[in-house]
Amino acid sequence: MTDQTPSLPHAASARAPRTDSGFSLSRLPDAVTGWLLSLPLALVLLFFLVLPIAMIVVVSFWGATEFSIYPAFQFDNYEFLLTSPVTYQVFFNTIKYAVITWAITLVLGFTIAHFLAFHVRTQTWQIVLFLLCTIPFWTSNIIRMISWIPFLGRNGIANSTLISMGVIDEPLEWLLFSDFSVILAFVHLYTLFMVVPIFNTMMRIDKSLIEAAYDNGASGFQTLTNVIIPLAKPGIMIGSIFVVTLVMGDFITVRFMSGSQKANVGRLISNDVALLQYPSAAATAVILLITVLLVISILLRFVDIRKEL
Amino acid sequence: MDKRSRSFYVLACFFALFLVFLYGPTITIAILSFQGPQGGLTFPMRGVSLHWFHDLFEQQAVGDIWGSFSRSLLLGLMVMATTVVVSVMGGLAFRKRFPGSGVIFYLIVTSLVIPSILISLGVGLIFSQSGLPVHWATSGFGSQLTWTLPFGLLIMFAVFNRFDKSYEEAARDQGATSWQTIRHVILPIIAPMLLGVALFGFTLSYDEFARTLLTAGSYNTLPLEIYGMTTNVTTPVIFALGTLTTGFSFLIIGLFLAVVVTLNRRRSRLGSDAGQGLV
Repeated sequence: MTDQTPSLPHAASARAPRTDSGFSLSRLPDAVTGWLLSLPLALVLLFFLVLPIAMIVVVSFWGATEFSIYPAFQFDNYEFLLTSPVTYQVFFNTIKYAVITWAITLVLGFTIAHFLAFHVRTQTWQIVLFLLCTIPFWTSNIIRMISWIPFLGRNGIANSTLISMGVIDEPLEWLLFSDFSVILAFVHLYTLFMVVPIFNTMMRIDKSLIEAAYDNGASGFQTLTNVIIPLAKPGIMIGSIFVVTLVMGDFITVRFMSGSQKANVGRLISNDVALLQYPSAAATAVILLITVLLVISILLRFVDIRKEL
Repeated sequence: MDKRSRSFYVLACFFALFLVFLYGPTITIAILSFQGPQGGLTFPMRGVSLHWFHDLFEQQAVGDIWGSFSRSLLLGLMVMATTVVVSVMGGLAFRKRFPGSGVIFYLIVTSLVIPSILISLGVGLIFSQSGLPVHWATSGFGSQLTWTLPFGLLIMFAVFNRFDKSYEEAARDQGATSWQTIRHVILPIIAPMLLGVALFGFTLSYDEFARTLLTAGSYNTLPLEIYGMTTNVTTPVIFALGTLTTGFSFLIIGLFLAVVVTLNRRRSRLGSDAGQGLV
């Protein structure tokens, strides 16, 4: 999606008031039109985003018995959460997954996007190769996780290949149900979220800037660090926001790929839910939400997303 | 055209390896789903058969797969239609700033980055505390919209930011009402992009797991059914199901791409009446 040629200067918009005839939206004030058009959107966001968050905050102060939850205003859930060493361990684990996955997907995503944007010469091939990268995004994450089992299992392809090559004598145990497999699955699922925004910003870089850098005697590496990376920064930031939030909010990948042996915050929440301990789950969710929003607000300092669309 | 540099070949190899990494596992389970009846979850293949696909059609063996498939399909279509309509309206609204547009914009971003389990938990709690039954077509439907709408809207924002306003001005100058401008000028121009929104809406809903987990009620959608199977099914039947649903996803993607290509061809053939003496 490259920019179209800019339209003619908007003489029209500076012109005298329009003379519309008949009933039309444009006779209404702009604000009313905007509200009417965004009403369905606002309603969905209100009922399925704002209210649920409010509900979670409210319930996080409630109490729970073994079978039910009751309204209250107590800090027990938070107190228990914030004084338990398990919480800190689990949060540390969550951040560890996020940082490692972020670093790997960034390098992978940047390299792929760079190849597609600057090394593939015809637009047709760019589109074809780009689509090849994006198609897995439209298929089921769960199936894509399951599909690692025959690869990484004790008798899986990886182990049997390594054994037959004589690299190892007995199967590696840490391939499946470990931190390794969790991060591998994250990278497999989420690299795309880096490729797409970085590719998008790279396609908008004026190629003459790169030629200018070369003409002024910059090496390939200097061009990369002084021209391409600064100009691709918005894409890098948007990709980072996607990957970091997806990994931090995940619970299913960690549960599945670690064979329930590793924990992150999402699993803490889903375990509480399974035990019907909704208030405690809600308190953990509130802390998770605050953490995620903090991380995003830091990342957003580097990019104005409204400008990047 | 000058010669390819060495870095091109290095990066091309890297890209090829990335594609292997991306598709390898899926292709592996596609092969393994044709295991013989005695085969297990990994290689070697013990014969080749359709045994596990056949198993999928036996109701008792693996739960209610076909029921959950039809629910997922219906829900996907519902979410798709809603996403397209609401995204276009939202996209049109956001072409001008209006009081509150900033708040809605940040809510959209929040909706995109909020951990899915929070939506699931929050919506589940609201329904259960207010005595409403959770159901895939009500609570599940709404929860999925919080995931598909941001994608649809981001596409629409990108589309309208690149939209050449002079087409609209032209329509207006010729006396078209706002509705006529939208119906006969804007919608036809953005039609291929709407297909993109529809594709996002359908596939994201069809594969959605986390946001439906606590909001689907007693009737599972297909991803929930598959998730259930992972804990208690230890035969290649799960690979067969995976292969079938991935195949179905590919079919949908291919269908959308085919329609886009046809539309573009038709448009480049019929789109311009320049030089035909039409007024």
